[in-house]
Amino acid sequence: METEKIKRFADLIRLETAKMLSKRGFGHLGGSFSIVETLAVLYGQVMKIDPKNPAWPDRDWFVLSKGHAGPALYATLALKGYVPLSMLDTLNENGTLMPSHPDRLKTPGVDVTTGSLGQGISLATGVAMSFKLDKKPNRVFAIVGDGEANEGQVWEAFQFAAHQKLSNLLVFIDENHKQLDGLTKDIMNPFDLVMKMEAFGFACLRVKGNDVDAIYEAIRQLDSIDDQAKCIVLDTVKGQGDEYFENLFDNHHIRFSGDSKDALTSLIQRLSEKVESEGRQ
Amino acid sequence: MNIRFATVQTPKEIRAVYQETLNELIESNSSILVMDADLAGASGVAKVFKNHPDRCINMGISEANMVSAAAGMSLTGKIPFIHTFAPFATRRVFDQLYMSGVYQRANLKIYGSDPGFWAAHNGGTHTSMEDLAMTRALPNITIFAPSDATQFKWCMKEAAAIDGVVYIRATRKVLPDIYDPSSEFETGKAIVVAPGSDIVIYAIGEMVNEALNVRTSLATRGISVEVVDCFSVKPLDEALIRSEAVGKKLIVTAENHNKINGLGCAVAHALSEVGNLAKQLTIAVDDRFGEVGTTDYLMDKFELTSRQIEEKILRIM
Ligand SMILES: Cc1ncc(C[n+]2csc(CCOP(=O)(O)OP(=O)(O)O)c2C)c(N)n1
Ligand SMILES: [Mg+2]
Repeated sequence: METEKIKRFADLIRLETAKMLSKRGFGHLGGSFSIVETLAVLYGQVMKIDPKNPAWPDRDWFVLSKGHAGPALYATLALKGYVPLSMLDTLNENGTLMPSHPDRLKTPGVDVTTGSLGQGISLATGVAMSFKLDKKPNRVFAIVGDGEANEGQVWEAFQFAAHQKLSNLLVFIDENHKQLDGLTKDIMNPFDLVMKMEAFGFACLRVKGNDVDAIYEAIRQLDSIDDQAKCIVLDTVKGQGDEYFENLFDNHHIRFSGDSKDALTSLIQRLSEKVESEGRQ
Repeated sequence: MNIRFATVQTPKEIRAVYQETLNELIESNSSILVMDADLAGASGVAKVFKNHPDRCINMGISEANMVSAAAGMSLTGKIPFIHTFAPFATRRVFDQLYMSGVYQRANLKIYGSDPGFWAAHNGGTHTSMEDLAMTRALPNITIFAPSDATQFKWCMKEAAAIDGVVYIRATRKVLPDIYDPSSEFETGKAIVVAPGSDIVIYAIGEMVNEALNVRTSLATRGISVEVVDCFSVKPLDEALIRSEAVGKKLIVTAENHNKINGLGCAVAHALSEVGNLAKQLTIAVDDRFGEVGTTDYLMDKFELTSRQIEEKILRIM
């Protein structure tokens, strides 16, 4: 993998996400930022896709089960060329094709509609099972939130995936240690997610979710397994990639004003300069 | 029943009323518990959680488990108030509402917030236009759709006193004041909010205020409109609905809900046994999904603004 290229892609995704949220004045920053590096690796390196042909039958599928992180996915899709970058300006505008939660009937490149937590991962298992039944090589990548994993349906999906040995499905759990009301350990203790996944029958690794090399290596390591369901627990920080937002406790959904507005503006400035100078090199 | 109408406007966010009333209920009744599904910040009860940690439980994002666990608690004498967004309080947990709730006469109080256009930027996945259709079909349930803060507060207190499942559907945001805080309501009793002789509008929730706007506007054209607040959706005040429909030139219902199986259907059913009545106009969402947008935009999109209601009335009259 060309590490520098993927890192730059991650910077661009974070920048475009920040710009969208800034334009609208509010949004799900924390959970969007924590998956940026994973999206960069998947869309920049791993997934078999054709942005000019979103419905390509041979493509790999992506399911954002924690649908509220939609802005990060939209930024990724626009940067890949599924939709014009200018469309990002319409996030959550009246009549938009880019609503808070991804909608397969609205945005080109969105494979599955999500937003009601817990259902995306079941949908992903269904897609993967179908490819398996048809003996097709398409793979399915899904990202589940650590708060989302409170939902019983998530564990029903995991049980199904493990039982059916859906090795064409790769589940990411974004363990950013927070949900809406606070820390996961205070709201609904997840205990050790890797141990839980292993007990459910998964091959499971834990990696630093801000390290594109580590994410890529983990995906490669699991690639060789073809008789087991697979999971990568991403050890992340909610608001990842910006010191202010990482340290802001209530960073799930932010209405930008005062300090948070200034922080977002300076993040946009910093990332713009960074990608510009990298672009010149 | 003892109704007084608001003479001054001091509207509050409904979530602030939820929080304040839970504090009062907790302090006056040792059986009251508060549960939320990782939306305590959103519903305003985070502060109740801080003040009364021993009486509050955050159930995490596990709505189905919350409904059944709360129902289980109620079997031992507790009175749990649970909250999540209206779609997750109803369609996501419908069998739990049925089996754990009404079927075994659990004593459960549910606040489903931000129904219909109130979902705003949460969009279609979070929009509930069928919660009344679903819950109305459950035996052993009481359903309130309050129209202002005073009525919301009364519904919560009444819910605590009722032995059974109570569903309260309301926004978390501000509603204009309709009633004076001293008002006393009654389960199963609708309220004539304003008299009129040509048209009657039966409305619930936020649509009562829209109906009052329609009334003011049509008065300038010499059309006299009666407005009835049917906040007690179940049991519904069928007797009053029947008596107020007699002699009117048009019967209108208004709700922030799908036209299928909501207030419009309930009123039509109540009136189906009375002969010689005027036509009925159902103001409701036309069997479609929600989408993201501001509440003003969505109200307009769903054709629920007073201007649109007025136009539809004039087209029929
Ligand atoms: C079924 C359902 N219940 C509640 C919500 C409201 N909600 C949206 S995001 C969220 C918290 C999600 O936490 P987590 O999965 O950890 O996401 P992240 O930390 O990555 O943002 C909640 C409660 C929802 N979208 N769906
Ligand atoms: Mg989380």
